[in-house]
Amino acid sequence: MSELEVRTYGGEARPRVGFFTDTSLCIGCKACEVACKEWNRVPESPQGFTGNSYDNSIDLGANRWRHVAFVEQRKELGVDGVAAGGLVEAASLESLVTDTGLQTYQDGEGLRWLMASDVCKHCTHAACLEVCPTGALFRTEFGTVVVQEDVCNGCGYCIPACPFGVLDQREGDGRAWKCTLCYDRLKDDKEPACAQACPTDSIQFGELEELRGRADRRLEQLAEAGLEGAQLYLADSSDGVGGAGAFFLLLDDPEVYGLPPDPVDTTRDVGESWAAVGVAAAGLAAALIGSVLLGGRR
Amino acid sequence: MGSNMAEQHPVGFQWVVEAKERGATVMHVDPRYTRTSAVADLHVPLRPGSDIAFLGGVINYILSNDRQFTEYVRHYTNARVIIKDEFKDPEELDGFFSGWVPEDGVYNVSTWGYAGTSGELPAGKREQTGDVSGDQAHGAHGMRLEHGEPPEEDWSLEHPNCVFQLLKRHFARYTPEMVEQVCGVPREKLLQVAEILCRNSGRERTSAICYAVGWTQHTHGVQNIRAASIVQLLLGNIGRPGGGILALRGHANIQGSTDIPTLYDILPGYIPMPHPDAGDDLDEFVERNGPDTGAWGDLKSYAVSLLKAWWGDAATPENQFAFPYLPRIDGDHSHYQMMLRMLDGRTRGFVVIGQNPAVGSANAGLQRRALANLEWLVVRDTNEIETAAFWYDSPEIEAGETSPEQIGTEVFFLPAAAHTEKDGTFTNTQRLLQWHFKAVEPPRDCRSDLWFTYHLGRRVRARLAGSTEERDRPLLDLTWDYPTQGPQDEPDAETVMQEVNGRHADGSFVSRYQELRDDGSTTCGSWIHAGIYRDGENQSARKKPGGEQSWIAPEWGWAWPSNRRILYNRASADPEGRPWSERKKYVWWDASERRWASLGDDPDFVPDRPPDYEPPEDAKAMDAISGSSPFILHPDGLGWLYAPTGLVDGPLPTHYEPHESPVPNLLYAQRSVPTRQTFPRPENPYNPSDVQPGADVFPFVLATYRLTEHHTAGGMSRTVPYLAELQPELFCEVSPALAAERGLEHGGWATIVTTRTAIEARVMVTDRVQPLKVADRLVHQVGVPYHWGRKGLVKGDSANDLLPLVLDLNVHISEFKTATCDIVAGRRPRGPALSAFVEEYRRRAGVVPGEPVREDRAGRAEGGAAG
Repeated sequence: MSELEVRTYGGEARPRVGFFTDTSLCIGCKACEVACKEWNRVPESPQGFTGNSYDNSIDLGANRWRHVAFVEQRKELGVDGVAAGGLVEAASLESLVTDTGLQTYQDGEGLRWLMASDVCKHCTHAACLEVCPTGALFRTEFGTVVVQEDVCNGCGYCIPACPFGVLDQREGDGRAWKCTLCYDRLKDDKEPACAQACPTDSIQFGELEELRGRADRRLEQLAEAGLEGAQLYLADSSDGVGGAGAFFLLLDDPEVYGLPPDPVDTTRDVGESWAAVGVAAAGLAAALIGSVLLGGRR
Repeated sequence: MGSNMAEQHPVGFQWVVEAKERGATVMHVDPRYTRTSAVADLHVPLRPGSDIAFLGGVINYILSNDRQFTEYVRHYTNARVIIKDEFKDPEELDGFFSGWVPEDGVYNVSTWGYAGTSGELPAGKREQTGDVSGDQAHGAHGMRLEHGEPPEEDWSLEHPNCVFQLLKRHFARYTPEMVEQVCGVPREKLLQVAEILCRNSGRERTSAICYAVGWTQHTHGVQNIRAASIVQLLLGNIGRPGGGILALRGHANIQGSTDIPTLYDILPGYIPMPHPDAGDDLDEFVERNGPDTGAWGDLKSYAVSLLKAWWGDAATPENQFAFPYLPRIDGDHSHYQMMLRMLDGRTRGFVVIGQNPAVGSANAGLQRRALANLEWLVVRDTNEIETAAFWYDSPEIEAGETSPEQIGTEVFFLPAAAHTEKDGTFTNTQRLLQWHFKAVEPPRDCRSDLWFTYHLGRRVRARLAGSTEERDRPLLDLTWDYPTQGPQDEPDAETVMQEVNGRHADGSFVSRYQELRDDGSTTCGSWIHAGIYRDGENQSARKKPGGEQSWIAPEWGWAWPSNRRILYNRASADPEGRPWSERKKYVWWDASERRWASLGDDPDFVPDRPPDYEPPEDAKAMDAISGSSPFILHPDGLGWLYAPTGLVDGPLPTHYEPHESPVPNLLYAQRSVPTRQTFPRPENPYNPSDVQPGADVFPFVLATYRLTEHHTAGGMSRTVPYLAELQPELFCEVSPALAAERGLEHGGWATIVTTRTAIEARVMVTDRVQPLKVADRLVHQVGVPYHWGRKGLVKGDSANDLLPLVLDLNVHISEFKTATCDIVAGRRPRGPALSAFVEEYRRRAGVVPGEPVREDRAGRAEGGAAG
């Protein structure tokens, strides 16, 4: 499928922007969650103690537009629990054992704690936008997908349409709310609040083309460092949603982070369905006409 | 080590992440696997409180494999200095240094000095009774040398009593096998850390060590950092780019609050608070506190300029520049001593600003009981914190121990402005001051601390106006004339900064501390800050982006002193003044200009003093420091591998067990730090340790810590909905093994018990906490964040209620980071049943609250020293 083009804005169209969330740099500080809520005045959404590692906000929703997942893994990382690379490798256990004749007595089983900040994907083929009957959901001049809160009538069609479960109705309000990629800030040439707050640049904001190039280079770098399993997620415009405006570098498979491994634009087949209906209808009409004609001859 | 930097200093941690991106190796040595460990190359878990044993292992590795940076060590450290014959190491006295006075529980330190010098610290009765506050308690102030040179040296480093050989002997038994036994760190992990550090140090490379309160909050807190400085000096990692020991002090403005102190025993710029013994004689004060040699040799200039800043025209040569006006400190008035006096009804009033001792101090129950003994209490905070609410809502009231009717303390709660509502500076790690601008007016009755202090002073002075009492002169003569502005008469913070910077007699601003004079012709509110208002510009407000200047970024904020970004940076050049390597070039001697040149930093040396300078016989102050001695704050200009003065618990770091520990000291018969401060009284019972009877009642190691989502005692985070919801409840972290042993259910409740009290927490069973094999047994850890209390949006028990009051005598810091405890499944009892529950534990452990502290056990542990 072809890349998104923002056609309706003519000369006002801007280069498509998005997020590259590099989870290999995430330290799980949740500054993105807080900055998002502060800037966008998203209501509080206390969930209590979940026991789910350090994640007490559970998921994206109407009242949480950034969410940091915490995944604790027992993982074989090598004999000494160390990722290979550089000096660590040079001084690795094997050579020290050879040098000193020492033997280890504890298991070398390593631990891994994955952290990743999730957000609306701002899909190239955004089902939410397709199914919205009021036009509240629209594609901005930046190529992002935004709900207009003064237009949304709370019909809720967009909610099952989202392949990521991002869209959500706000309790007591009924309308659908989600990340706007800080549309108001973009109009003032400011980066979104979450990206600005991120201390380690795990959340990077910019023009999508540039971000994708950066992500490719980063992935190569991590592969060279021996980080098997590192992968880009939603960076490919040939995937089920045509690639996303917000894409990720993950250190493990998407499902480990609670992300769908192969998301599909839920309206992808609607066109074909209508075509099939059309064919069927045409056939029926032809049959009717035929029958009339034939009947007439009878 | 001693830091969970990614969680506690996430903004500073961006530079660690960036360094890692550029190929740096990040190692995290910490009891728990934290968010820092998650992004480190290597995580090494060790038992809380065993850091000196670990670092001792690193030092031993360096010395026994000859991996030190010998040229640096020989020229820039005191490795070559010969120590007095009378000095004895804990190796010889099984856990004590020479000079131990058992009846007073302190050291007479006269044997610790350089050979050929007299007793550097006059070990008078005052010190012997444990009072090391006030003058002479500070770093290098005490030692006196002739023309800046140690009397006896051996440049070959082979004399049996030279520091280098003393170090070797002191750390000889800190072998990998011993580290494994003491710390629970597999020997290979220690070797790996040591080897990586060695390979990444030397002429071409440097390594940095970051620490925070994980190191300081121990009965041997100061010595933890001393151990790190030995590692870094041996490897040549001080005073050079990429090196150093970085004290992470991010909880804004902790560093600033010691530079211009809220501490009880120092004046601005680390000038000691005078003791009554010094009398009214300024010269005697200088004589007692400033060595003749090194940068402190100009103490009189710093002190006189400070006095002139505070008392202006009233400070004259005739009245010792108003030196007699300075308050005198007559003993240990540190926080905990103050609270204990309160408990005894000897303190009537208390003003609390930016602190929440009812949650944040060790043995918080004792703190609250002390508050209940006051006549009046003023709390200034942005929210009604537990310290302001203790009189109607506390665990003691819940347990039926007391009631609001029984508490006579009159509490005044004054709402405070947030940092966004006032101008001022933050000083964090690296001594960097950054100005913050007021964004909005504070709401309603909220006022800034500056407003409160200024107007309080103004009103007190108004009340005293016309007084002829001599005792009122210091207040009435103060220069207290800051201009105010705006609807609330807010004092102008920049004017205060101008006073801090200081002026010449003609009114022009001082531009560096070297310009200060002792004749009263200069003023300066804090000598280390001289130059912060250089050229009439607020240097701390500079915010030039990093991309638009050199990597040293001298035009972002301002670092004390003299905007110097790396202290002791003379050490980045070799003794002849040449960079150690092109790669690590920073400061060097420019022979043609006959000046020290640099890549953009301020050279930390006399600007035109050549590397081959030798001080003449009667030289004083900086003139007494040779051209190849970078550590100019020390009277000998050397980095101190061995601290001949300034510490009360020993010149070399030595492994002692925490006050409460489940295991004996495998290295020495003396179990814990001999000089630690204990307070045996009914409100502060101690758990029995290691093989003392009853120790098995509290078999687990308790560690308290913080989380990214909350700020210290919670006053600024439990009250903010967006932060509170991210960590809504107190929890404890335990390993799957301990959970199985105690029947703890993930997500369920647990009760954690010490002889002080019991608290309840939700259970987090996680692989991130693991039992460690220590002294041939498995030691379990219980981790508890301490942020919760009874006020705010999210509430919970306070972890600090569990902790004992036991302090490092050097600085009176409490051992927050490790104690012993028990943990059982389920919620804690309520009401009087709680006391009965704790009482039962005390009975089983044989603990009688108020009983004397039990003897530190003599005789080495069974199983003994391995290897």
